[in-house]
Amino acid sequence: MRIINTDLIRGKVKELCLELAYKMSDDLKASLERGRSQECTYLGRQVLAMLLENGERAEEQQIPLCQDTGMVFVYLELGQDVHLEGPFVGDAVNQGVREAYEEGYLRKSMVDPITRANTKDNTPAQIQIEMVPGDGARLSVLLKGFGSENMGRVRMLTPSAGVEGIVDFVLDTVREAGGNPCPPLVVGIGIGGSMDKSAAMAKKALFRPLGERSPDPFLKELENRLLREINETHVGPMGFGGEITGLEVFIEKFPTHLAGLPVAVNLNCHSLRRKTIEL
Amino acid sequence: MNYNPIKETKQDDKEEVIRLNLPLTDRQRSSLQAGQMVYLTGTLYTARDQAHLRMLQEIREGKELPIPLSEAGIYYCGPTPARPGNLVGSIGPTTSSRMDKMTVPLLEKGLKLMIGKGKRSPEVVKAIAEQKALYLSAIGGAGALYAGCITAMEPVAYEDLMAEAVYRIEVKDFPAVVSVDSSGNTIF
Repeated sequence: MRIINTDLIRGKVKELCLELAYKMSDDLKASLERGRSQECTYLGRQVLAMLLENGERAEEQQIPLCQDTGMVFVYLELGQDVHLEGPFVGDAVNQGVREAYEEGYLRKSMVDPITRANTKDNTPAQIQIEMVPGDGARLSVLLKGFGSENMGRVRMLTPSAGVEGIVDFVLDTVREAGGNPCPPLVVGIGIGGSMDKSAAMAKKALFRPLGERSPDPFLKELENRLLREINETHVGPMGFGGEITGLEVFIEKFPTHLAGLPVAVNLNCHSLRRKTIEL
Repeated sequence: MNYNPIKETKQDDKEEVIRLNLPLTDRQRSSLQAGQMVYLTGTLYTARDQAHLRMLQEIREGKELPIPLSEAGIYYCGPTPARPGNLVGSIGPTTSSRMDKMTVPLLEKGLKLMIGKGKRSPEVVKAIAEQKALYLSAIGGAGALYAGCITAMEPVAYEDLMAEAVYRIEVKDFPAVVSVDSSGNTIF
């Protein structure tokens, strides 16, 4: 059995929130650079050049990449041979978020849904704990801005809609969203399960390294096809028109009920801020 | 530190850099066309969802608004807090469509310039054309870059709203794209 003190989790959550808010990840930088070299429109190239420069400025001057420093999603995969000690893990995660948002001058965006009163420390984080075999522990953190989160969709398709129904739904979602979610986008898609399972898969898919394809040969082809067709919408960088609307498409699937075909699309802006570490 | 406009990214980019001082004249607004990139210098006011709700309430109650609408440009944004010693934090645009239902009364009261991101509703586009106003897109997710365009910033109203309060900001070479021009043509 392995013992992990939850104070370690607090510290790592804090560290990751701060790093993600200020530092563009290497895979995202490479992806934006590739997009810039492929973009054919003047405005599209200007936008991509500005985003790359924004990444440099943010890191140099420790100014957040985006003023929407997001809602915090924390995923903890815990081996069943791990024993947690110390304060309750949920409190430890929220304490890490609280410290990062206060000490890092990040925007506190969490409010009561009805009164709109701000919680003043960007908590609570959305926390998912999953038990896995062994004694490992893996922590994943995502800072998600709501310009893109607002444009996500879940649809309960009928089984007869099939793959073409899925493709149409994804493309409609991207087209309707236009410039609102800050394209070029990273698109997470969950197929199957239930309404909530598909949405959870779509979000978790965003953690995959950019450039990596699904190990499932069919999904890999579907990812390639959707990326191509998303770019053929010509929504373009920031919705100004152009070649580069999507940077990546990541699909996850899960068996579903014979009567249904749930599909969720989670759009992430170009400012994809997520990281996974082993504890 | 000020932001240096990018002049070109490829040899075929011969687009000329358009620099304008705020407030824009009627003639300047009517000469701009959807799709042009401009660099603005002058005064803007920040306002987003909750500040719009309050301004509409003040209009209904016949009160004076906290900002001079006819000369003001409104920038839809909610910045991060500034670090000690810094003027401002990250300050990029937010999604404009959330303000669509609250925009026409402000245009009717004299507002001539809005800056945000994403498309506007047909009602707002129509009102922009009627009032010979202008809607520009800033580059979403470039908040650190825009921080370099801000030369002064002070709260003006609704400070209890924190990031959503109204601030007066002075900008220099602030990049934006004409997205609904004064004839109602849109880039989207």
